[in-house]
Amino acid sequence: MMRRLLVLSLAMVAAAQAATPKSGAELYESSAAVTAQGEIDRLVLARLTPLGIKPALCSDEVFVRRAYLDVIGTLPTAKEAREFIEDPDTQGKRGRLIDRLLERDEFADYWSMKWGDVLRIKAEFPVNLWPNAAQAYHRWVRASLAQNKPYDQFARELLTSSGSNFRVGPVNFYRAIQNRTPEGITAAVALAFMGSRADTWPSNRLAGMAVFFSQVGYKPTREWKEENVFWDPLAGLSLTNSPAAGEAPQQPASRPPQVGVFPDGTRIELPADRDPREVFADWLISPKNPWFTRSIVNRLWSWLLGRGIIHEPDDIREDNPPTNPELLAYLEKEMIAGRYDVKRLLRLILNSQTYQFSSVPRPPVEAAEANFGSYALRRLDAEVLIDAINKVTGTSDLYTSAIPEPFTYIPADMPAIALADGSITSPFLALFGRSARATGMENERVNRMVPAQWLHLLNSSHIQRKLEQGPKLRAIVDSGRKPEEMVQELYLTILSRFPTVEEVKALEELGRPGRTGRTKSREDCVDIAWALINSTEFLYRH
Amino acid sequence: MNPESSSYRCAGGIESLGMTLSLSLSRREALRVGLFSAAGLLLASHPLLNAARAATPAAPPAPASGKVKARSVIQIFLWGGMSHNDTWDPKPDAGYDYNGPVKKFLPTNVDGIQLSEWFPQLAKQADKYALIRSVTHRNNGHETAAYLMQTAHVPGERLAYPSIGAVFALFKGPEYKGLIPPYVVLTRPQGRFSEEGFLGPRLKPFATGGDPNASRFEVEGVVARGITDERQKRRRDLLERLNTLGRAMEASPQLAVAEETRKQAYELILGEGREVFDLSREKPELRDRYGRHTFGQDCLAARRMVEAGVPYIVINYPGGWDTHKDHFQTMARQCPQLDQGLAALLLDLHERGLLESTIVWCCGEFGRGPKVDWQPPWNGGRNHYGNVFTALVAGGGFKGGQVVGASDAKAEEVKDRPVYPVDLLGSIYTLAGIDYTAKLPHPMGLEARVLPDPSEGVKSAGLLKEIM
Repeated sequence: MMRRLLVLSLAMVAAAQAATPKSGAELYESSAAVTAQGEIDRLVLARLTPLGIKPALCSDEVFVRRAYLDVIGTLPTAKEAREFIEDPDTQGKRGRLIDRLLERDEFADYWSMKWGDVLRIKAEFPVNLWPNAAQAYHRWVRASLAQNKPYDQFARELLTSSGSNFRVGPVNFYRAIQNRTPEGITAAVALAFMGSRADTWPSNRLAGMAVFFSQVGYKPTREWKEENVFWDPLAGLSLTNSPAAGEAPQQPASRPPQVGVFPDGTRIELPADRDPREVFADWLISPKNPWFTRSIVNRLWSWLLGRGIIHEPDDIREDNPPTNPELLAYLEKEMIAGRYDVKRLLRLILNSQTYQFSSVPRPPVEAAEANFGSYALRRLDAEVLIDAINKVTGTSDLYTSAIPEPFTYIPADMPAIALADGSITSPFLALFGRSARATGMENERVNRMVPAQWLHLLNSSHIQRKLEQGPKLRAIVDSGRKPEEMVQELYLTILSRFPTVEEVKALEELGRPGRTGRTKSREDCVDIAWALINSTEFLYRH
Repeated sequence: MNPESSSYRCAGGIESLGMTLSLSLSRREALRVGLFSAAGLLLASHPLLNAARAATPAAPPAPASGKVKARSVIQIFLWGGMSHNDTWDPKPDAGYDYNGPVKKFLPTNVDGIQLSEWFPQLAKQADKYALIRSVTHRNNGHETAAYLMQTAHVPGERLAYPSIGAVFALFKGPEYKGLIPPYVVLTRPQGRFSEEGFLGPRLKPFATGGDPNASRFEVEGVVARGITDERQKRRRDLLERLNTLGRAMEASPQLAVAEETRKQAYELILGEGREVFDLSREKPELRDRYGRHTFGQDCLAARRMVEAGVPYIVINYPGGWDTHKDHFQTMARQCPQLDQGLAALLLDLHERGLLESTIVWCCGEFGRGPKVDWQPPWNGGRNHYGNVFTALVAGGGFKGGQVVGASDAKAEEVKDRPVYPVDLLGSIYTLAGIDYTAKLPHPMGLEARVLPDPSEGVKSAGLLKEIM
């Protein structure tokens, strides 16, 4: 009884707090003490404490925005943000939000976008990934993520599928590789599934693994640009001599038994009756494989926290050690225990205190960043940023492709994170560093601000038009609300939180001489929205 | 962190090349080198260069030794393809089927050089430019011919090469310190393979948009319609006041860099940078001399950018020259504007002592059919023609008052001294001190060079030594 009363009164206090604006200092961090809530936190704090780094937890305002952006690449609506912040159940609401977000449709869109960079989903000459093949590829990736296909199965299907590029999505893994020699395929497989750059390998390791990809065949069909990827046991073998007219074609020389060498040095004679890609895939996805699990948990961790435990996440090698080997080993163990259930691992990370640390830098800054003592600030991805701008203004962008195919005409309301094909683009996406999807490397996406991007955000007709004419902003401005309510709605819409005392004050002082600060002209409102969109808080995950 | 003289490593990509690139520049300088220059951007975003053992050397290589004559290039791209017969390679004796209604031909201030009746101003400036009357690539498709003239590589190879402007941005970007991006297009981009190729979107040209002949040249991102300076400043102050997280995160090195880049953008929006685009600072008489039309004022804006040190400026001729129909009417309308703007540009550069260090080159992706197509539906039009056409080059080490090569009696084929795209672009690169045999950084580490190697079977008749 006492307990219930206490919860109730706390809830009332919390609700009251949400309604009154906070001041800047208490806006971004929660006053709750950081205590390890699980193994992740224990392992991270074990690093931070000796270094004298004292992390803080982020506030609910920060968390709601962060979770939406990291899990579904989409901003919360004003309503969603308000409901979360005002939800009095401070104990359980973060975990419940995580569960809800992991089931949203946008989860599959956004994570397909990330995988699209790694798997190079882009219709393009000279890669020859035709637009409908790129669509098939993306459709398969998206469906796999939506159904939370176990990651080992996901990888195995990508490596071992056969069939038409238009009908069997995963075969496009092979067709999207620019260099289709066995060595080229090997390098692509190593990068995608082992997080390892083959150009850092000794050459015999590359050659030994390439044997498994020496029997990948491609053959055209009668349909234009359709091609079947298949196991071709005779690939690379020439016929001993051409058949003379009227004679039956000669059998090619039988292949001498081939020996593949797994990257760990194990040699295996390829059985004649089995696609060597399968032999390799079985080795790859074994929980004992030293690269496979490590690579995926490190990649997932870096996608959520902005930095790999091994950094960069696709540069795993002996001389690039993890900053926290115990943490990496723990995540690997969990991934194997969960049978490669990706959402389970994401949930584990998202619910940790570590994920929920404040982004305000902790001295010493570099050590804190490397050891996850603060959440890594990073600019929104090009697609996420334009979606966010469109969402708050109620506008849309035009996406086009140089390749005129029906698949490249995009409905106006499709968000950029859902674009299947990297060749479908806009000047904004190019300017803001979207991945060119040429190499499958993570660093092809560049989220660093450059002056030309500022010119665009601060002063382009593209953004200005959205601010002045966007129906969503207009609705807020023209709603006949009181100025304070209007400002509050702008803040909830754009920054997913209530304005602070200082901000309310700053806005009250806004207004030109001869006019009271409390009424806002349309121009003032556009300028407020402009300032919020150009603020660090809008542009960055924090 | 000492804000003025930090040993700031300019970009993650360079940093991880294995060379510790501690620049002892002021931070502002470092940021300019690292962030404004397209090359910095490229390096930073270049995946393979991030590998510790990148096989390719750090590009861009040092400029080739030898004297650098050209600091800037203005390329006037007569896209669509301008007729050579009706303009700079007239054949007075070719007859009506070739010349149509063009009957007057002008002598110039250089003996032996003749132009058509539409170029009276250029006729007075012939000592300042050379006409190459034997450019040839025998390609009649807009896209493929434009690609040839911008890259000199064979279209349809596996690689999509960067245009000459992107190559300039790559090589000249690091030494260029200006506020305006190093590769600018006035005013609309042309697409058509004239862009960055495999170098990636970061080397796209900065397209100004707007119209320099309008009362206010609204350069996209720099000059916004309907926003006064007062409002710009008010907005900036508001942003400072409302940037709550930015203030809470002052210790973040990453944000410090972003703040610097924002300041640089504001130097274009509210500071010195935008003055380059403010043509109202020129005397009205000079603006009149260039011509009060978009092309004329494009030329004036280009000259102002040359003064600001911009390495490569493209003027995509407004409206283009793809005159399948209404050919002679269009020529009668456009040629006088081309004449006025280009002649004024050459004279103005000359008078300011800039012509010696500025290459101006002007041509289309091809010429147009020497024989007029009188049949419907063309009714006196001219079609695409890549067998022979004319390019004008001036300044930056090119000698004026010259004619290179010749076409035959009716300007149908090369008679003397063919000039292939690789010869023309190679000459421009040489005058600008760019080693055209240098490697380009390909994202997959594939072998790629500025110009194709002779071993690739690309036709060449040698650099334009006779006018260099």
